[in-house]
Amino acid sequence: MARMKFLCDADRCIECNACTTACKNENEVPWGINRRRVITLNDGKPGERSVSMACMHCTDAPCQAVCPVNAFYTTADAVVLHSKDICIGCGYCFYACPFGAPQYPRVGNFGTRGKMDKCTFCAGGPEPNNTPAQYEKYGADRLAEGKLPLCAEMCSTKALLAGDGDVIAQIYKERVVKRGYGSGAWGWKTAYRETITS
Amino acid sequence: MTTLLARLRNVVGALMLIAAAMSWQPAAAQQPSSVDPNASAVSEEQLLQQMHTIRGLGSIPDVKSYTLEQPQGQEWRHYHEVTLRWIGAIVILGVLALLVVYYVTHGKMRIEGGRSGRKILRFTAYERSVHWMMAACFVILGLSGLNITFGRALLLPLMSPEAYTALSEWAKYAHNFLSFPFTVGLVLMFFMWAVQNLPAKKVDIEWLKRGGGMFGKKGDHPPAGKFNAGEKILFWSICLAGGAIAVSGYLLIFPFYGTDVHNMQWAEVVHSIFAVCFIAAMLAHIYLGTIGMEGAFESMGEGTVDVNWAKEHHSLWLEEERSRTAPSSPSPRQRPATSGD
Repeated sequence: MARMKFLCDADRCIECNACTTACKNENEVPWGINRRRVITLNDGKPGERSVSMACMHCTDAPCQAVCPVNAFYTTADAVVLHSKDICIGCGYCFYACPFGAPQYPRVGNFGTRGKMDKCTFCAGGPEPNNTPAQYEKYGADRLAEGKLPLCAEMCSTKALLAGDGDVIAQIYKERVVKRGYGSGAWGWKTAYRETITS
Repeated sequence: MTTLLARLRNVVGALMLIAAAMSWQPAAAQQPSSVDPNASAVSEEQLLQQMHTIRGLGSIPDVKSYTLEQPQGQEWRHYHEVTLRWIGAIVILGVLALLVVYYVTHGKMRIEGGRSGRKILRFTAYERSVHWMMAACFVILGLSGLNITFGRALLLPLMSPEAYTALSEWAKYAHNFLSFPFTVGLVLMFFMWAVQNLPAKKVDIEWLKRGGGMFGKKGDHPPAGKFNAGEKILFWSICLAGGAIAVSGYLLIFPFYGTDVHNMQWAEVVHSIFAVCFIAAMLAHIYLGTIGMEGAFESMGEGTVDVNWAKEHHSLWLEEERSRTAPSSPSPRQRPATSGD
């Protein structure tokens, strides 16, 4: 079975934010929620580097571990999803997530959080696939249609790769060999406990 | 002759220039090699080693999203899932076990002189109101807090996920709202009783040495003021723990108002550690105030206590109260039979 992963090639990312825009559009993500974002390191200086980051769908996901109501589940493709019906908006998954993926709408008193929202690998949620109910809550379910997440599909430089971990690791390795350099798969050690030795 | 030398010099100079030009070829032209345009860029490994958190710049207003990676989240996960559960279980169940053992071996502390039937006011209506407001809030705050840590393991198996979510959601609202009256009560309690809980060295140390009459010679009743040393320790523990819990709690309830994710993780650590210890302490306090001691509950339940109970447990306070409220106890000067001027 495929083990879905994201890989952002930091040497190719040009900070165009096509991934961010594609995600927001495809999933009708409300204002203030940002499932995917592009972070630039050393902005303006030599050696500037940009990385696109959303949920990494970790092995042994820490969000899943700390959730007090057990709102998360991992699909057969190793995609980490959650149920907005079960979520109580406590915020613990954000504290545990090494990548800051969970987002909460500000709907309640004080800073009270609403139901958590995050990147779903374009795989929807527990509602039946491709129903309006599912779309309203979780956004598109492209995986059920046999498609890959739109962020990776729309990446202008194919910096962001999404799909079966072995396949995209192979693609990345070939790139590194061909061009002679590569800064590694950012986030892989933290998320999947493995690195890509190129 | 000069022209010949000059021409020779020109030729040698030119040859040298050509030789220099030839050797000055770029290395890349020799064989295919890679030039890494990002050679001066940072690597993930390097950043994690140096700063333990990778932060950059984003383009959206949400500043906390500029943190690319904070592996500390995994450490906090381990704390919450493993460490806190162990500490909480040991502290709370440990205290419960000790209380059971104490009750089984020592039984309920009785008023040895028997009830005298005479009562004296110990806690005013104001004191009782503040105490019970805090107590009621504490019970719900404690239970809702325990639900976050232990609910998934202990309660969720007993009901449907939807029911458990409804319970947890209302527990969360109760926890957030009742934190305000609890904090108000804490502040009021501090001003209400701080002076009376200041250590009175001789009396308190003596009381502690004699085990408060609980662990020591049977029937021993060391003297004490309004609050004995044990109660004083409890009072200051409540102020400390309650204060820490309140401060960290408000940081948690107003997330990211000046804090970043690491601050929030620490706030949760402080909040939960103090909270489980507080719960354990309150179990002992509730034991003593209810089944542990005859004549204790009425002090807070009605406000008055039996004089014999006061004599045995707070003798110094009883003396003070008597001399204060009855300075005009029958004395020769005032006896009506004696004719006075």
